[in-house]
Amino acid sequence: MGLLDISNVTKSYGAVEVLHSVDISVDEGEFLVLVGPSGCGKSTLLSMIAGLEGITSGEISIKGRTMNGVHPSKRNIAMVFQSYALYPNMTVGQNITFGLEMHGTPKPEREDAMNRVAEMLQIDNLLSRKPGQLSGGQRQRVAMGRALVRDPDVFLFDEPLSNLDAKLRVDMRTEIKKLHQSLGTTIVYVTHDQIEAMTLSTRIAVMNKGYVQQLGTPKEIYDTPSNVFVATFMGSPAMNVFPSRIVVKDGAPHAAVTGHDGVEQLLRFPQPNLAAWDGREILLGIRPETITDPEGADRNADHIASLRNHIGVTEPAGSDTFVTMTLGGRDAIARMRADVTVRAGEVFDFAVNMDKAVAFDPKTEERIQP
Amino acid sequence: MSGAVDTGVAIRTNRVTRTFIYLFLLLFALFYLLPLAVMLINSVKPLSEITGGNMMALPDVWTFEPWREAWSSAQIGVQPTGLRPYFINSILIVVPAVAISTIMGALNGYVLTKWRFRGDTILFGMLLFSCFIPFQIVLIPMARVLGMIGLAGSVPGLILVHVVYGLGFTTLYFRNYYSAFPTELVRAAQIDGAGFFRIFYRILLPLSGPIIVVTIIWQFTNIWNDFLFGSSFAGQASQPMTVALNNLVQSSTGVKAYNVHFAGAILAALPTLIVYIVSGRFFVRGLMAGSVKG
Repeated sequence: MGLLDISNVTKSYGAVEVLHSVDISVDEGEFLVLVGPSGCGKSTLLSMIAGLEGITSGEISIKGRTMNGVHPSKRNIAMVFQSYALYPNMTVGQNITFGLEMHGTPKPEREDAMNRVAEMLQIDNLLSRKPGQLSGGQRQRVAMGRALVRDPDVFLFDEPLSNLDAKLRVDMRTEIKKLHQSLGTTIVYVTHDQIEAMTLSTRIAVMNKGYVQQLGTPKEIYDTPSNVFVATFMGSPAMNVFPSRIVVKDGAPHAAVTGHDGVEQLLRFPQPNLAAWDGREILLGIRPETITDPEGADRNADHIASLRNHIGVTEPAGSDTFVTMTLGGRDAIARMRADVTVRAGEVFDFAVNMDKAVAFDPKTEERIQP
Repeated sequence: MSGAVDTGVAIRTNRVTRTFIYLFLLLFALFYLLPLAVMLINSVKPLSEITGGNMMALPDVWTFEPWREAWSSAQIGVQPTGLRPYFINSILIVVPAVAISTIMGALNGYVLTKWRFRGDTILFGMLLFSCFIPFQIVLIPMARVLGMIGLAGSVPGLILVHVVYGLGFTTLYFRNYYSAFPTELVRAAQIDGAGFFRIFYRILLPLSGPIIVVTIIWQFTNIWNDFLFGSSFAGQASQPMTVALNNLVQSSTGVKAYNVHFAGAILAALPTLIVYIVSGRFFVRGLMAGSVKG
């Protein structure tokens, strides 16, 4: 039983069910990120936690108190909106204290709280300005100030960084993380940006089509994605997923991978359970950064397999060099060191870290448990 | 060819076109101002100068007697009261009718966009339909209704009629304005703990300046200029300005006092003019406020 419990919650609009029996429990001090493509139901779920949308069935409770039918203002939550939703007719100070005023907090206390928050967010020099006079980053801070001042049980963030430019987004991301670490607040954060999800969260719920696809720590999500959707959604560039076949040779399972020339090469696959799949098709998932040149391979890895393949295109990106190739008939990307000497068109011996490879059932697209 | 020559040509053509544009505008302004000028000139002439001379000529003798007469002593109806009591009637009808229909329109627009409910678009469509119903169709049913609720021939009765007729338009204005209003603001205010009315007057109303001005101009002009409802539903004591002006001008006894009629007509048009001039300014200011960036 956590601070925020979402148990068996569904949401329907008429006959259309858009959220299917969601179960998530958030502990105090956790940073849960709901991530998924647009239309996956993540914002709907957040609105249901906030009380802005009704719950069709199931229960949402905060601190053990059921929230079904409780008015948003009585849930002791605060929300930061994508558009910031600052009241344009009020000054920054009035924006921050509006919630306290509505809850009948006396004026001196409101001023104290406002000054405390403004100082923390470094917006104390902006208090008498109107939102229209602020830059995007400043508005973002004010929106957070408005949430912080209430000292709520749960903070809800609805894609708060998506209106900022790229550089500011990275800065604010760090700032939100700092804020979470210093205050130890409980946060539920919605985003479609998987990098935000990875960097900020203590746990991630990957959602698609109204289902929670996987709930776990960033590392679990990244290393052991539960299905093809999660594998390809999380990570940039996306995980290479292509058809392969399991061949048991010398008593150990191998993945048979076809390169550019259509010849199968056997890569030792250190997952004994896969022996049961001998001779059957699978979908093989390999992260771009686990395909490298032999010198760049992870020294701590137990199973580095060699793969000879034709180099399609090289894309030097400064910090890394991306190399495209064909694997199992599909395009695949390798992420190599920046100073690696590879040329487009040549045949190269790649090193593949098979410790990190994952196998999916081609019918269900679920991960085959090792 | 150098750039300097190019600019010189551009400026010269610009100047020529500009002269033409201003001449054109001036011509049309004169054309439209002509009737008003005739009215003004003849309202400060003694009647003998009008009947015996040129309508366009400036007066030989300047007099404000026609204005005084039109305002306070012209024979309208039974008593020689001038237009004053009817002017007051008009104010008594217009101000509450404009205020009530604007407030209700704003509330309707707020509910129809931010507190959506099943069938709200149908309801809005029906409200909108009232904008297209010709006045004449409702005269008899309206008279019946006013009679049944005991408001026939009274100022409150006319207020009711104008509010009912204005609601379609005011709702349309506010609904369209508020539909572009970010719903996230309302949600944020809900989380902050503001209720239905608090959100309305703390968040929406302060940001509704331009549309309030538009609605007031529209409603004020329409209700002030209304003649049909005024002549159909008003009693002797509640006739509005327009009806009184008609009675003044149409009275068939004696000599037609054109100078008094002109003065009366200007008096009748004055409030709408003032509303346009005063609130038009605010209207522009309201629009500018949002567009200024920091």
